[in-house]
Amino acid sequence: MTRAERMLAALQARFGEASIEVEDESHLHAGHAGAPRGGESHYRVRVESAAFRGLSRIERHRLIHDILKEELTAGVHALALELSVPPPDPGAAASS
Amino acid sequence: MDSDIANPVHGKIQAEIDTNDVVLFMKGTPVFPQCGFSAMVVQILNHLEIPFKGIDVLADSSIREGIKEFTNWPTIPQLYVKGEFVGGCDIIREMYENNELKDHVTTKGIAPKS
Repeated sequence: MTRAERMLAALQARFGEASIEVEDESHLHAGHAGAPRGGESHYRVRVESAAFRGLSRIERHRLIHDILKEELTAGVHALALELSVPPPDPGAAASS
Repeated sequence: MDSDIANPVHGKIQAEIDTNDVVLFMKGTPVFPQCGFSAMVVQILNHLEIPFKGIDVLADSSIREGIKEFTNWPTIPQLYVKGEFVGGCDIIREMYENNELKDHVTTKGIAPKS
């Protein structure tokens, strides 16, 4: 199992049906200062979930940090997060 | 490890954010950022003409680790305004794109240059 797969599984366990993507972007950073050899270091995570409703940006990020705590302390060097709530009304989403 | 008071680095960090309105804990310096994420926040602050103090965590490993504990935030950069944590690169970029960042600092009583 790759780290990206483990991260995805951890997020799915927490967010269930939410839309979740985990991208390993380590190849974009290979060789730069501090980037570990062998990759599995830079990730981009997108989650769209109603669970974020009512949370500040910082709280949303901390929720993800907490779920991914083990991976963050085990060599993840960078984690870009795009966290959003689903549009309130599917009809309104099309026009925005 | 489990005591905030016992860690002298936390006092040092607190002093920085107490004495400077806008502080960016970053990798490298505002003139020579050493990381794309830090560079992006520097660019945004410069573009909005928000004066800030950059603190290079690569120059002091105790701050590099200490700031993560202090903020309870695992990544760098970290932006503080008037002693309050505002966010890392993603949050600052989102606030900039939604025109919230300039309002945020103005509300805190910081006048952008110009």
